Amino acid sequence: MAQLIKDGALCDNSWIRVTPEDVEGIPASGDIIVSLSCWQEQKDMLKDHNGKVAVCLEPGQEPAEIADDLAELPMIAINFPVFADGRGYSYARELRTRYGYQGEIRAVGDVLQDQLFYMWRCGFNAFDVRADKDAAEALKGLNDFTVTYQADARDPRPIYRRQPA
Amino acid sequence: MYVYQDYDQRLLDERVAQFRDQTQRYLDGKLAEDEYRPLRLQNGLYVQRYAPMLRVAVPYGMMASQQLRMLAHICRTWDKGYCHVSTRQNIQFNWPDLQDVPDILAALASVQMHAIQTSGNCIRNTTTDEFAGVNPKEIDDPRPWCELIRQWSTFNPEFAYLPRKFKIAVNAVPDEDPALIGVHDIGVQIVKNDKGETGFQVWAGGGLGRTPMTGEIIGEFVEQQDLLAYLEAILRVYNKYGIRDNKYKARIKIIVKAMGREKFRELTEREFAELKDGPVTLTEQEMARMRASFPAPAYDSLSDMPEALSQALASDKAFSRWYHTNTRAHKQPGYRAVTLTLKKTGRVPGDISDDQLDVVADLADRYSFGEVRSTHQQNMVLADVRQDQLFDLWQALDGLGLATPNLKLLTDIVACPGGDYCSLANAKSIPIAEAIQRRFDDMDYLHDLGELDINISGCMNACGHHHIGHIGILGVDKKGREYYQITLGGRGDKMSRIGDKMGPSFESDEVADVVEKIVSLYVELRHDGELFIDTYERVGMEPFKERIYGSAN
Repeated sequence: MAQLIKDGALCDNSWIRVTPEDVEGIPASGDIIVSLSCWQEQKDMLKDHNGKVAVCLEPGQEPAEIADDLAELPMIAINFPVFADGRGYSYARELRTRYGYQGEIRAVGDVLQDQLFYMWRCGFNAFDVRADKDAAEALKGLNDFTVTYQADARDPRPIYRRQPA
Repeated sequence: MYVYQDYDQRLLDERVAQFRDQTQRYLDGKLAEDEYRPLRLQNGLYVQRYAPMLRVAVPYGMMASQQLRMLAHICRTWDKGYCHVSTRQNIQFNWPDLQDVPDILAALASVQMHAIQTSGNCIRNTTTDEFAGVNPKEIDDPRPWCELIRQWSTFNPEFAYLPRKFKIAVNAVPDEDPALIGVHDIGVQIVKNDKGETGFQVWAGGGLGRTPMTGEIIGEFVEQQDLLAYLEAILRVYNKYGIRDNKYKARIKIIVKAMGREKFRELTEREFAELKDGPVTLTEQEMARMRASFPAPAYDSLSDMPEALSQALASDKAFSRWYHTNTRAHKQPGYRAVTLTLKKTGRVPGDISDDQLDVVADLADRYSFGEVRSTHQQNMVLADVRQDQLFDLWQALDGLGLATPNLKLLTDIVACPGGDYCSLANAKSIPIAEAIQRRFDDMDYLHDLGELDINISGCMNACGHHHIGHIGILGVDKKGREYYQITLGGRGDKMSRIGDKMGPSFESDEVADVVEKIVSLYVELRHDGELFIDTYERVGMEPFKERIYGSAN
């Protein structure tokens, strides 16, 4: 069953997440999401990887650390080890607003229905919903609200700039 | 006061539907306890000792009479006939059933009320001076700025999962701190520069709780259109760098202290530089709209001290005492601001019943343009009362038990719900407050003592603001028994100051004795007309310590 929501719909996930703990190391081919340290240490080698390569930021690893590489990265994953750790919201916001990053920003880890709307507003466009949850149900979370007060990564205008003059 | 636009109402209705669904999923077992907990907390719902507690937001303490009537209705329908004013100017219900909460929220939404972000690790209700708009000393009305902050902070997607709770207060009175900005995560002081332009001095890193401290000035003069950009910059720094692995070190004050004011300011300025002049910048139109949302009521053209008032003051001593204690000067000639003290001995500090709420709503309609305010000292205010109607109002309030002439006096005690309700508490607060009130039952003596703040918290979380009480009382647990630690010299009036610990703690039945000894020493030591806090600041802790602990030796 698909656990991935991308751009508002369920879809198949072609990406494999490779963590530093994976003993097998980096697979020979396929789209992979690697850790920041892996990226920083093996960047040159990864450029020849047979498949796409994305980096996963953990809480405490700011977008500034990959600022120079953004043009080469089709996707940035941001991990939520626990959903209540909200640093990833600021990271996504920075990627979109400060760095103008246009690629996919994917939430991974403890990704649940009731946070999706906030994440989406901060610039995430893909959500790898936690394995034990029903992603089709979680999808509803993107539609919790039709009203927002603030500027966000989707619309840089706060509500007072959206009203007709 | 601010009246909802269609979109404000729609947002609230969508919130009710969202929370109803979340609660249903929890009851159906689809949401685990630890997944539901932050969701219900962000909606002000705690699981307490006997029942859930629902905290309803009262933005910067402003309520309309029909909102008060709805609170009364909720008290009757879903609670036990009363509710509680909190030290964040909010209203708490102590006995709702979890499954009823969505219906309660729907009822609240019908009068533009909600429980959004009244708890949890997010931006809480913004507070201000309860006399905002009528205080003759203020340099601007803080409420339009509070409402702008309310909207900016409501469901702000980036700041819903902060390291810890986050409290903002706004003050517009120079050289006084009625909103306690010094002990808030962010304090916003409205100031004027030498060109007469309005701006903000922004404090950060104050807070009570386990490690109480006063904040530091981060922004010397933030221009008015940049208010939200500057707040957003601070919040982003906090969200990224606040401590998350130790909840006792998670408040912003800890990182401001740890990295130092200059470093914190540098990080904030860097974020601010990117936001400044961007779309978050407030438009002239929006600032004007907010100012227009808080118009002065349709005051009559009157003069101060009309005949009816001076006669009543001369002929009725009880009225005169109440007038001088519980009413205060007003911007508009011929009017006074009236505080309804919810501190009658024998009643829980801050509690108000459904019947009282209904009558207060009626009195607000008759005497004060249909508006009521809640205060961080757990009282209520009718802010715009004609002086020639004060006597009639007083009689009505007296009949309700809401005219105890003890505002700011020793028996006007601030106390959290404590161990009688709260599952976090180490000790009870309410019986301690009552024991002290009963000990000091002579109103003449109370008036002779003058202003004296007693604040009681049942635990370190400091909901009773004990650190800023002139006499602060903190409940602590010692091997399963309730003890109370006393602090002296805290203040939250002209300025915020954290009180000093006196020494070893006391058993519950000793507290009233100790307070009595402290107070009698003050009476011995005071100079003519000197308030308790001034005497304390002059003589320091030693004489008090000696009187309390020395006598045991």
